[in-house]
Amino acid sequence: MKITKETVEYVAHLGRLRLEPHEVELYTEQLGRILDHMDALSALNTEGIEPTSHAIPVSCVLREDAGRESLTMEGSLQNAPERKGNFFKVPPIIEVD
Amino acid sequence: MERILDLNIVEVRKLLKKGEISSVDLTRFYLERIKKYDGAIQSYLRTTEEVAMAMAEDADGRIRAGEDGPLLGIPFGIKDIFCAKGMETTCASQILKGFIAPYDATVIQRLKERHFVHLGRVNMDEFAMGSSTENSSFQTTKNPWDLTRIPGGSSGGSAAAVAGGLCAASLGTDTGGSIRQPAGLCGVVGMKPTYGRVSRYGLIAFASSLDQIGPITRNVTDCATVLGAIAGYDPMDSTSIPQPVPDYLALLGRDIKGMKIGVAKEYFVEGIEPDVKKAVADSIALFEKHGAIVVDITLPHTEYAVSTYYIICTAEASSNLARYDGVKYGLRVDGKDIIDMYKKTRMKGFGQEVKRRIILGTYVLSSGYYDAYYGQAGKVRTLIRRDFEEAFTRCDIIVTPVSPTTAFTIGEKAEDPLQMYLSDIFTIPVNLAGLPGMSVPCGFDRAGLPIGLQIIGQPLDEARMLQAAFVLESEKKVKTIPDSFKG
Repeated sequence: MKITKETVEYVAHLGRLRLEPHEVELYTEQLGRILDHMDALSALNTEGIEPTSHAIPVSCVLREDAGRESLTMEGSLQNAPERKGNFFKVPPIIEVD
Repeated sequence: MERILDLNIVEVRKLLKKGEISSVDLTRFYLERIKKYDGAIQSYLRTTEEVAMAMAEDADGRIRAGEDGPLLGIPFGIKDIFCAKGMETTCASQILKGFIAPYDATVIQRLKERHFVHLGRVNMDEFAMGSSTENSSFQTTKNPWDLTRIPGGSSGGSAAAVAGGLCAASLGTDTGGSIRQPAGLCGVVGMKPTYGRVSRYGLIAFASSLDQIGPITRNVTDCATVLGAIAGYDPMDSTSIPQPVPDYLALLGRDIKGMKIGVAKEYFVEGIEPDVKKAVADSIALFEKHGAIVVDITLPHTEYAVSTYYIICTAEASSNLARYDGVKYGLRVDGKDIIDMYKKTRMKGFGQEVKRRIILGTYVLSSGYYDAYYGQAGKVRTLIRRDFEEAFTRCDIIVTPVSPTTAFTIGEKAEDPLQMYLSDIFTIPVNLAGLPGMSVPCGFDRAGLPIGLQIIGQPLDEARMLQAAFVLESEKKVKTIPDSFKG
């Protein structure tokens, strides 16, 4: 499968990454080669095979519905790049003209 | 104090108990060695001297009061991927520089309950993505056996610190070989336990269905000691397995008569260095001499493992790393709106390999490609798991090389990600199948570089692997610290 610069730019946007033009070039070339290698997987017949998402099946994990200690407000906020009172502060989400 | 380096933790604990040495002596000894030698090795990102000395003094008080315990007063270097309350925890990334963990990872809590000494934080590939520790955004760690070579990765700082005699033991993490490969390349012992054996709570996530925590130590006895301390069910990790933990230490030293050792032809393909092949063959012969039975097995889907792995791990990473958005912690670079802020923060905060994996992972999950890549990889993962299940109906453990080659030189594979990915060909299938795997030193190549033997076990059968590793270690007596770092 051929990967183009436009695809790399689109995927970078989905992944919320800004790339320099030289990075787009580099990743297009490198991902092309990696994906070529990965395309070998399509040769395998996997009809009727269930996918493995977790190697050791542990299912239906429940615990008692009881209160317990958790991180304090201050602990949660102590690493905030910017805060206002007890909130994380971020730039405008909806642009206002 | 120098003799400490030739003793295992059980023996050091005896000296501490008898009062022949103190934990403060031991801690100073390692801190001084770090000052003397780590300028060359560069395994530590930060030492935490004050914390370490306070922990050592506390341990000495407990020892004087008659307390006992397998790790009481023993100094560790900790991979910078585990949250430790009040300590900077960076994952060797600029995006987490200055991040102070607000809580302890379960493994750190377990070591604290046993009153270990936290010497400092050791280097790694950024977010554990890499096989050489060259992807650290802070420094390049060197292999103590040859300072022009990489120590392996991603737990390269852990393996180099243990091999350089700069801590008694270390904790690493292994997603596709990140404990076993650096342990192998630095000539020390590394164990990736069964997925779910050790709680991942407080471990900074890379690929959650593959990540597992384990010890890196100078000998098998220490591996058993540390594993016993960190293993076990934890309600804070819903993937942790609710099974009792055996006394690994007590089970060492049993003979291996009748143990069936599987050898897969798929692991002895072209590309393996002759010295590596020979060291592994010699180890197999040694097991036979001790009464083990060698069984030929086949793992036919091995050739698909690397591709399967890099689809699954990048997909999981792209999702896990979405949390680094400049909002709650870590770096923020201002932007005109929130999306611009996200993009600029992540551009500046992540290194090349991390960005490459986020892009690849986002691509394989994106609409139109999901079935061909992520969907197919999940199914191939089942085939790889079944290969092992089938093999284990005929044998008890499987032995392979850890890596096809000994340590490569710094820069050799840095520009070629695909070649770097292929260097983990023998360790990756174990993570995909969730099995325990360990690396134990089995010799040196003609250039004097260490060679590791990989032992793969059945789920939760770490004790049997340790038993075989102990036989190999007792017979081979491979040295684990280079002479240049002694004295």
